[in-house]
Amino acid sequence: MHEKQAHNNARHYDVIVAGGGLVGMAIAYGIARTGKRVAVCDGADSAHRAARGNFGLVWVQGKGSRCLPYAQWSRESSARWSAFAAQLQRETGVDAGFERPGGIELCETAEQLDAGHRLLESIRAQDASLAYEVLDIKALKARVPTASDALAGALYSPHDGHASPLYTLRAMQEAFQLHGGAYLPRNEVREIRPRAGRFEVDTANGTLEAERVVLAAGLDNARLAPMVGMHSPITPLRGQIMVTERLQPFLDYPTLVVRQTREGSVLLGDSAEPAGFDDGQTRAVMADIARRARTAFPLLAHARIVRSWGALRIMTPDGLPVYEESSAHPGAFLAICHSGVTLAAAHADVIAPWIAGGGKPAILHPFVATRFSNPTDAHAF
Amino acid sequence: MTQVKCDLLIVGAGPAGMSAAIEARAAGLDVVVADEGHAPGGQIYRDAAQSPLADATVLGDDYLAGRALIERFAGSGAKHLARCVVWQVAFEDGRGIAMLTRKPHDERGGTLEVTARAVLIATGAQERPWPVQGWTLPGVMGIGAAQTLLKSSGLAPSQDAVLAGSGPLLWLFASQLLKSGRRVRAIVDTTPPHAWRTALPHALPALAGADYLLKGLRMMRAVKQAGTPIHRGASAFSIEGDGRAERVRFVDASGAQHVIHTSLVLLHQGVIPSTQLPRSLGCEHEWDAPSACWRPRTDARGRSSVERVWIAGDGAGIGGAIAAMHAGTLAALDIAHELGALDAATHDARSRPALRAMKRHLAVRPLLDALYTPPAALRRPADGVIVCRCEEVSAGEIRRIAALGCQGPNQMKAFSRCGMGPCQGRWCGTAVSELIAQVQQRSVSDVGYYRIRAPIKPVTIDEIADSIALDDDFTRGEFPS
Amino acid sequence: MPTLFEPLATMPARTVRIDIDGTERHVPTHYSIAAALLESGAASCRTTPVSGTARGPFCMMGVCFDCLVEVDGVPNVQACMTRVRDGMRVRAMSGKARLA
Repeated sequence: MHEKQAHNNARHYDVIVAGGGLVGMAIAYGIARTGKRVAVCDGADSAHRAARGNFGLVWVQGKGSRCLPYAQWSRESSARWSAFAAQLQRETGVDAGFERPGGIELCETAEQLDAGHRLLESIRAQDASLAYEVLDIKALKARVPTASDALAGALYSPHDGHASPLYTLRAMQEAFQLHGGAYLPRNEVREIRPRAGRFEVDTANGTLEAERVVLAAGLDNARLAPMVGMHSPITPLRGQIMVTERLQPFLDYPTLVVRQTREGSVLLGDSAEPAGFDDGQTRAVMADIARRARTAFPLLAHARIVRSWGALRIMTPDGLPVYEESSAHPGAFLAICHSGVTLAAAHADVIAPWIAGGGKPAILHPFVATRFSNPTDAHAF
Repeated sequence: MTQVKCDLLIVGAGPAGMSAAIEARAAGLDVVVADEGHAPGGQIYRDAAQSPLADATVLGDDYLAGRALIERFAGSGAKHLARCVVWQVAFEDGRGIAMLTRKPHDERGGTLEVTARAVLIATGAQERPWPVQGWTLPGVMGIGAAQTLLKSSGLAPSQDAVLAGSGPLLWLFASQLLKSGRRVRAIVDTTPPHAWRTALPHALPALAGADYLLKGLRMMRAVKQAGTPIHRGASAFSIEGDGRAERVRFVDASGAQHVIHTSLVLLHQGVIPSTQLPRSLGCEHEWDAPSACWRPRTDARGRSSVERVWIAGDGAGIGGAIAAMHAGTLAALDIAHELGALDAATHDARSRPALRAMKRHLAVRPLLDALYTPPAALRRPADGVIVCRCEEVSAGEIRRIAALGCQGPNQMKAFSRCGMGPCQGRWCGTAVSELIAQVQQRSVSDVGYYRIRAPIKPVTIDEIADSIALDDDFTRGEFPS
Repeated sequence: MPTLFEPLATMPARTVRIDIDGTERHVPTHYSIAAALLESGAASCRTTPVSGTARGPFCMMGVCFDCLVEVDGVPNVQACMTRVRDGMRVRAMSGKARLA
């Protein structure tokens, strides 16, 4: 499929998705699988792309302490991931690299271990199926021999895993096209105009038209949402990541700040910096990330970093997702989250059918942007 | 971790860096020059001041002329940091902060932090990547690489070696070997047979650089007269072998197929600016179509698009050693003026002769570009050729992903891993942009290039961890939920 | 093994003793490890972590990362950027680096 520069007459689709990142592609792929005609309008190569900054965790533990549905939603997606990855591999040959050995949050101090334990217990008290284990240093070393003896211990959850965010995106994009989806790169959505029963979508290469439109453009959702009568209260939150050269395997479990990929390279994170739209790197954070990694895994001291970057997460005020249909313009949907890999399976399996015309699953009811206009509602679940 | 402060940090001690240091010191600036080599000279004057050869005159007068420059540099009072790898330059509080690895493999080394009011990037050029079938086989190297072995270690290639490609260095190296009493097996010249026609319009202006042309012609004649087999207008060049280079194949201008058995293949298709450091700083770059390479946007004095950052020498655009010297001088004068060490009148007066001289030494470039810039076919390898050497990604894989609508090199990197290895795209970047342009029928300029970030060379976790003391108020931040 | 590079007449220089993959060699102090390898006839010095394919020095200026060797136990050292030292122990890199 070659790039076309020619302007088109309005092209008609069932659904247009604004944004071709992890969220947009998962939803678009899920809808295309149902046989509907879907177009994805994606931005330019140099656009802010949260997908490229993703650490690659499929993470459940610790989430949702103030909103149980979020923990359950994450767990549901994690449970679906294996089949999701298998289908993508069958369809495209691309291996998303998903593994779920369980995840580990390393704790440097007894206080951290204690606090983490209390947090996970408070979640399990609300839903006993959200399992976890507290590992003392001995138990930790039994699972992770290369972990530092100086750590206090760790928290383990069998629901956690990891995948390659880039191969996941690539697989979804290829599968989407195999299902007949129209992937339109360098075709950023400029304007959305609601009409009776449809939406006109202006892009760099002409106007498209569809009965439904999905706003999954990450930070750009803030610009697009008002066009369909919605409010997208998001701010960028920068995270920096560093990657090592390929190393012999030494770490079988993903942790929140160190994980080893199938290729052998090790990702190190992270940070959560309100830096506006600056996706640059800072020496201080790089040093902090390096120290944390070395503290947890002393053998990493001489490993070389070959790449490093900063990327902007899409953050709502409470960090929870938004999945909402416009009440002013039904047929327009808003999809926001910062865990694009964790939730990819659920986005394709659950969000997509809802957007395609199904009923809205009850589990999604808390995730509406209107919760921010009434602060007392935000955590009332 | 050691900290050093200065007015001007120069990265690179080649002709541009050394000349800039000399001029900046003359203006009274405090200058630090960081260089990866163990001695100044860059690539072109590598080991000129301490040649291991019993007879260094075989390398030619141009090379030996570097000695005078190196001597002046040594006496300039610039603080020269040898064997220092600059892996990051950041701007904090209006100052350029450079992180350097000192003595990379020495136990007693460590990190150096240099704070400067201005930074001059003079990191020069690298060989133009020329992906051909078999180019990753052991026994295949660059002609520049072989020349480095000659300059730094007194080693000459086996007399069975085949030189392949295009450009002045091919002839320079062949003639240096002849003067050393050495031969090579053959020269396979891929310059298209009718390149001279495209070059003709540039011949008249090139006469201002007639000395370059005469030198080049003399070298070619000497090599021919020595009886070295020369195959001109060669195409369909490939290298074959089982675990190492064993033979080359090509078609000559008349269409005849050739096979030459050899264990050492030396490739060259000119040089291109090294853009890693300026890109990591966010300097704007542009695609230079006549020379088919990326170069940073600079004004005539070397000012880049980023404040406090100047770029001079081959790293700003290929011009050769003498042009680089003048460019270094011009940049230093501009920096000295900017930092208040030189008044406008003196700045102007000293710059004018350097500008004129630089212009004269660049006069021959359009002709050389027209003759020796490889045509698109040589820059867009066949599907089976490895393009990303580090991650072993083929041209075919890149074309396939491009055909699915990949926006550009960064998405290509994300999907194929090309550019993710330790060389950070230095050997695949140009080809990746070309292949996307080809498949998507876009200009290379429109396609763009990888986003380059620090560290620009691999550096250990230890070093990054200990590179900066964290303030008491440092916070890594927290998620809302 | 075919010859790759041969020394020309050089200035007198001290030599050092280095161990390349178990073979002792005497090379001038100003040699890089890559120069020593190439002079010994070795075109390759490692196998890649991606496919296990043999690679050797290519650019001789520290930008290709193909000349990686293990030096005195430290993996992934660029042979062309490292000077020989008396008693140095050089080993080919086999695939991914192993940390201590």
